[in-house]
Amino acid sequence: MISRRDFLQASMAAAALWGGSGFGGWSRLAAQQRLTQDDLIGGGSFGNVTLIHLTDLHAQLTPIYFREPEINIGVGANAGVVPHLTGADFRRRYGIDDGSPAHYALTYDDFTALAQGYGRMGGVDRIATVVNAIRADRPDALLLDGGDTWQGSYTCHHTAGQDMVNVMSALKPDAMTFHWEFTLGSERVHEIVQGLPYAALGQNIFDAEWDEPAELFKPYEFFETGGVQVAVIGQAFPYMPIANPGWMFPEYSFGIRDEHMQQMVDEVRAKGAELVVCLSHNGLDVDKKMAGIVTGIDVILSGHTHDALPEPVQVGDTIIVASGSHGKFVSRVDLDVRDGRMMGFRHRLIPVFSDVIAPDADIAALIEAQRAPFRPQLTEVIGQTDSLLYRRGNFNGSWDDVICDALLSEREAQIALSPGVRWGPSLLPGQDITREDIFGVTAISYPEAYRTEMKGEFLKIVLEDVADNIFNPDPYYQQGGDMVRTGGLGYRIDVSQPQGARISDMTLLATGAPIDASSSYVVAGWASVNEGTEGPPIWEVVENHIRELGSVRVEPNTSVEVSGI
Amino acid sequence: MEFTRRETLALGLGAAAMMVLPLRANASATDDLIAEFTGGADLADTGITLTAPEIAENGNTVPIEVSAPGASEIVVFATGNPVPPVAQFSFGPLAGSQTAATRIRLAKTQDVVAVARMADGSFARATQLVKVTIGGCGG
Repeated sequence: MISRRDFLQASMAAAALWGGSGFGGWSRLAAQQRLTQDDLIGGGSFGNVTLIHLTDLHAQLTPIYFREPEINIGVGANAGVVPHLTGADFRRRYGIDDGSPAHYALTYDDFTALAQGYGRMGGVDRIATVVNAIRADRPDALLLDGGDTWQGSYTCHHTAGQDMVNVMSALKPDAMTFHWEFTLGSERVHEIVQGLPYAALGQNIFDAEWDEPAELFKPYEFFETGGVQVAVIGQAFPYMPIANPGWMFPEYSFGIRDEHMQQMVDEVRAKGAELVVCLSHNGLDVDKKMAGIVTGIDVILSGHTHDALPEPVQVGDTIIVASGSHGKFVSRVDLDVRDGRMMGFRHRLIPVFSDVIAPDADIAALIEAQRAPFRPQLTEVIGQTDSLLYRRGNFNGSWDDVICDALLSEREAQIALSPGVRWGPSLLPGQDITREDIFGVTAISYPEAYRTEMKGEFLKIVLEDVADNIFNPDPYYQQGGDMVRTGGLGYRIDVSQPQGARISDMTLLATGAPIDASSSYVVAGWASVNEGTEGPPIWEVVENHIRELGSVRVEPNTSVEVSGI
Repeated sequence: MEFTRRETLALGLGAAAMMVLPLRANASATDDLIAEFTGGADLADTGITLTAPEIAENGNTVPIEVSAPGASEIVVFATGNPVPPVAQFSFGPLAGSQTAATRIRLAKTQDVVAVARMADGSFARATQLVKVTIGGCGG
């Protein structure tokens, strides 16, 4: 029995598909202070196959605050459409009430005030409760991990991913795909994957030397669930050796490889797959394009760009589900598969409110066991923040402002560069900053904070190059991160221009002087993809800076002027 | 003709003129080489497949594959390299398939163009933009 609240049936004219999304109703319940675990998770299954999607956890075992972006510009065909809607535009698109839990979970504004009321989100012990509740309805539901799971925290860094492997294995996923995992280095990845009790998938993970599919990673896996043959095809992040240090995993080549994806879809269909699922770390814009090129995929479970969508995006006969990041959300997708095809779906983006969903006791104990050896280091208070610290946004985030300030002062530089990654929990004004918090925004395996000289013309090339990775109108040429953050350097960017013509008016903020193409500037940065980069780890630089400040206050950042939207 | 189409595009997109100009200069050198190969014959858009990465992992060694069933010859040009011709494959009548794979070096972001001469004397062309980047920051 499906209640009307859970099931908003919508007819989709273009295809013989019908489906609905179980979003919306619970926001009104919360307003009446009646938000319960059952309301969040929902109940009752639909059809005969259930998929559970979790992605981009970034090693966040415990509940966190995470502010969604204010600035998330789409270009070309993606201008002004999902997932490039933020704030009130996003809420209007999905009928979300202002001040509701969904407002807090999915949009950026009034974040501090709403966070006080609604609390932290995520926590793998709460996620376990959600997964268990779904499995109570549908015991053979498939749990699929979209990757970026084994990177992003103090404990993950210091155990080379083992804490995440231990906890995730207890959740018994069926398959996963990859991105930041490879920055553990190929030797460590081999060690973990060889012992992994679930499928490690990536149709686009190739042997770099022979340019043929890598042996260790299967392109797809078959599962029989609900009497249906389901093929899950993995798609790892396509641009790993470019966006991350390729020298750490030189045996591997990636790429989108949509021709090979089509071959795999055709192959699994020929082998009898009645439902084809792509577990993807492409990013949502790339997945939307791929869905229009590769035929025969029923469901893409999309990760990488950290978008959380209350409803799937439909491209042709393919539905694309995006499940956010950092454990804030779990997607449940129920599918009606009959006569070898997907006839309908019911989708629910489940927000993991940590104060509403009870932790699973076994997983909570397991998480505690991972953290206990590091407790004194994790909890040491380094300073306080007077400001909301967050990372997401195309051009800057207040956490990145702190990191850039730390680089400028601790490394005595004129200009600081900080990578435009999209991971890292937020902190509310008044909170302590612990070492764990600093690692939450810096924990990578190539953390060296370099200090070097760069000419003005090279700085321009860097900004233009990174800008094209975000604002190239063709999603296949995008890498899914945000703009490199700059400290001490202001600029204008016209996102509508081609590469080479987007950046102008580069200014050294300390003096207000224009950046001179042939002059050299002292630049400090971190997360260089080059082998042999030297410097102290970025978390030490940030820790020293915050210790000296005592409390951190970040003023609004106006150093980047954006046009062409 | 793709060159004509690109010219038209350049006229239509005033804002993009800055980028289009240097590409036209490169394309023109390649177009001359293509005209030399085809004797000025028309180029079909179908019948040849060029597989190359959208973004090169390493510009010094970019894997590409060309395939043109029924071709007697396939030539490959890197339009933005100082010397655009990079490969020429000939297939005899007993060839099992008309497919070849190799690695090429690309000096910068550019179009890679493959042109096939079919057994019947017609020609086909495929083009792919390959970006050569200094690397960045992943989400």
